[in-house]
Amino acid sequence: MIFFFLFSAIAVLSALAVILFRNPVYSVLSLVLCLFAISGHYVLLNASFLAIVNIIVYAGAVMVLFLFVLMLMNLNHLSESLRSTKFKLAAASVSLVFFLVLLAIVETLRHGHLNTVASGSYDSSMIAISRTLFSTYAVPFELTAVLFLSTIVGAVLIGKKQGKDSE
Amino acid sequence: MISQSIPVIWYVIVAFILFSVGIAGLLLRRNAIVLLLCIELMLNAANLVLVAFSGVYKDLSPQIFVFFVLIVAAAEAAVGLAILALIFKNRDSADVSQFSRLKW
Amino acid sequence: MVNIILSNLYYGIIFLPLLGWALLALFGHKISKTFAGVFASGLVGVSFCLSVLAFFNLTQKSLTLILPLFEWMKIGKVSINLSFLFDPLSIWMCLIITGVGCLIHIYSIGYMHDDPDAARFFSYLNLFSFFMLVLVISDNFLGLFIGWEGVGLCSYLLIGFWNRTHAYNEAAKKAFIMNRIGDLGLILGIFFLLAVFHSTTYSTVFSAAPALAIGSPIITIITLLFFVGVTGKSAQIPLYTWLPDAMAGPMPVSALIHAATMVIAGIYLIARAHVLFEMSPLTMSVVVVVGAATALWGALIAVGQQDIKKVLAYSTMSQLGYMVVALGLGAFSTSLFHMTTHAFFKALLFLAAGAVIHSLSGEQNIFRMGGLWKKIPATTFVFFLGVLAIAGCPPFSGFFSKDAILVAAAGYSSWLFVLMTGVSLLTAFYMFRLFYLVFLGNSRGDAHPHESPKVMLIPLFILSVLSAFAGLLNLPEHWVKGQWFSKMMSASVGIEKIPPEATSHLELFLFLGTVVFLGLLWFGAKQYSVMQAKNPDPEHQMSWLNRLLYRKFYIDELYDFLFVRSYLAFSRLLEISDRRIVDGIVQKAGGLVNVTGRGLKYLQSGDVGNYLLMLLVSVCFIWLMFTDIGRAIFIWVKGL
Repeated sequence: MIFFFLFSAIAVLSALAVILFRNPVYSVLSLVLCLFAISGHYVLLNASFLAIVNIIVYAGAVMVLFLFVLMLMNLNHLSESLRSTKFKLAAASVSLVFFLVLLAIVETLRHGHLNTVASGSYDSSMIAISRTLFSTYAVPFELTAVLFLSTIVGAVLIGKKQGKDSE
Repeated sequence: MISQSIPVIWYVIVAFILFSVGIAGLLLRRNAIVLLLCIELMLNAANLVLVAFSGVYKDLSPQIFVFFVLIVAAAEAAVGLAILALIFKNRDSADVSQFSRLKW
Repeated sequence: MVNIILSNLYYGIIFLPLLGWALLALFGHKISKTFAGVFASGLVGVSFCLSVLAFFNLTQKSLTLILPLFEWMKIGKVSINLSFLFDPLSIWMCLIITGVGCLIHIYSIGYMHDDPDAARFFSYLNLFSFFMLVLVISDNFLGLFIGWEGVGLCSYLLIGFWNRTHAYNEAAKKAFIMNRIGDLGLILGIFFLLAVFHSTTYSTVFSAAPALAIGSPIITIITLLFFVGVTGKSAQIPLYTWLPDAMAGPMPVSALIHAATMVIAGIYLIARAHVLFEMSPLTMSVVVVVGAATALWGALIAVGQQDIKKVLAYSTMSQLGYMVVALGLGAFSTSLFHMTTHAFFKALLFLAAGAVIHSLSGEQNIFRMGGLWKKIPATTFVFFLGVLAIAGCPPFSGFFSKDAILVAAAGYSSWLFVLMTGVSLLTAFYMFRLFYLVFLGNSRGDAHPHESPKVMLIPLFILSVLSAFAGLLNLPEHWVKGQWFSKMMSASVGIEKIPPEATSHLELFLFLGTVVFLGLLWFGAKQYSVMQAKNPDPEHQMSWLNRLLYRKFYIDELYDFLFVRSYLAFSRLLEISDRRIVDGIVQKAGGLVNVTGRGLKYLQSGDVGNYLLMLLVSVCFIWLMFTDIGRAIFIWVKGL
């Protein structure tokens, strides 16, 4: 129980930190912390493999990619124009309202299930996941490979130096 | 694992909070990098909900779905950063309000 | 068989001038001026011949003919047909209109010889003849009204014929607008007539009318309204001020329309509707009073005028007053007789004046004329005949017709008799003054007068013969067994009662008295004219009486102050309100679009955050509707 609150607190606070820090590097680092907290939640939910994967892929690769771009482009030194106070107020209140709407939707959809306990024992080991992944979901898995290929090609194309003859 | 007796609604609420924070960040910030970060945050909130319900239904499918979400998030971050880099090279600024040709 | 052919020929009386108008309007500019004039005159001449034919075939045999045209409208029980009625009154009017009209057309060939727009002039003259004929020959009041309006229109077209001069256009507008006021009275009268009798056909109305009591209010209203129309068309008080201004048109126009034909439309109306008028003693009294006042007023103003055309215009107004008085006294055929003689000698006077002006190359001020009798003797002679006729000098026609009116006046009251006699003496005075100043004495102007061409002189001669001898139509009862005209007209206007005062003694007194007084007036006028001619005063040196008369009693100024200014102020008010309010509303509506656009452009700010905010707000709203709470809120809000 206490772990749940701990992890939730860290997650929420670091999420707030993401949006409130001026320096984008701090924001990225806060998001990393948030990811760690979420992985903690995954562990509490008996999805340990997913927790590790989350850290390795998300926190370890994607966030590092962000940091690389930040550092290489020297974006941390750039100042960002601020929004008007009126707008900030509007944004905050609309987000709050949005949250309440979401809660209201959940309330409408209540059908008893929501009080169920979230974690039970079931087989969520790596073996079970991979068994499901490579049998039932094999096709999407292959398609993601294609997706990555196109991503790589696209990223390279976009990031290429301009000026030379296009190949 | 330690068996918990937390109703799933709590997890959903936490995810909603994270999601709303992500939306607020998307509205408030003008730095392109931070915008992408907020998008990642929102995706993570969705992942949390998925994993929570995977525990409820004792089914592995939501976890597989989380895998795929992870994949897509990574790809999208990569391409997004590439585009950002290009724009930055051309405009020397990462401030989104500068990229507003499509207006009155 | 022959009768059927003849009857169909009579349509030509009315429609030949219309054909002339159409052809001249379309092709007039392609033919020579002279040919246009001859063509127009020819058509009217043929109409005249057909009228003569109708006269001998119908009136002489005491027949009446109705020629149908078509059914105009049928509303409920009321059916209005247009047809033509040929009875003595209408045929006689046709004779005058086409006869005098033809002479004036011929005269115009010479008068408009130098005018480049002559073809248009002749087309308008023909159109006028058409409408006037429709007026007199319709068998119902609505047909009369069509003609009535039509001659008003032609009057406008012809007065403003020389439309390059702004003042002439103003005069044309004045004539038309004043006529319109009268027309309103007439059409209201026709509406009442329709309401009471459910028909406008003469025969129906006149046979149904005696069923009502004498002096019944509705008949009085109808006749008074008709009289308003007469006031406008026949230049009685108070709607007469357009007539002198109408002299702005070419001289043949003045002769035809404003002396011999259009202004007599009112006389015709009362004569035609005599059944109704006789039933309303109140209206008859009004008619007498207005007519007498007009006769006096016109004569007074004429004494002080300096323009030859204006003198003749006011004299027309005065003579129309005479005719109206006669109508009011119940002496319908006497009035028509005077109308006939007046048509002859007034047309003669106008045309002769036209010849004078033409020979003096446009001079119209009598104080710059004089001594013309040596240079243009023919014109002088015919003009003098006209002067004698209008002054009522025996044995010319004017004496007999005016005399008959005076006798009828004597039968009404002695005051009226004295007044009308006084006016006729005044008439003689100013006509003699005019004649003296224009023709006799020494030449005061410096133009070189030349005699007019034959084409203008021949109609003058014909008219002078008619002026001289038309008296024979209706000699007084006690002298010779005359009264041919009255007897003929009795089929249309009833038998006229000869007042008991009309003894042969009165006739003799009038005859001798006229000769004596005319002689005295001749010398008086001569002295006055000589005195005036020596020192024609510019206006600011005139005596107050002279100026009052010269300025027509300032009536035009009064009307301008009372009616014109207030109406113009009202129109200006409407114009401003139209511009500001009505246009303002329209412009503000357009401005609304502008303002909305200016507000809405901020939606396209190019700022992603902004877009997202709006997206979020709309998403919140939509999703809210799917929740119980949201629906509850919605119902609560609706209940407010």
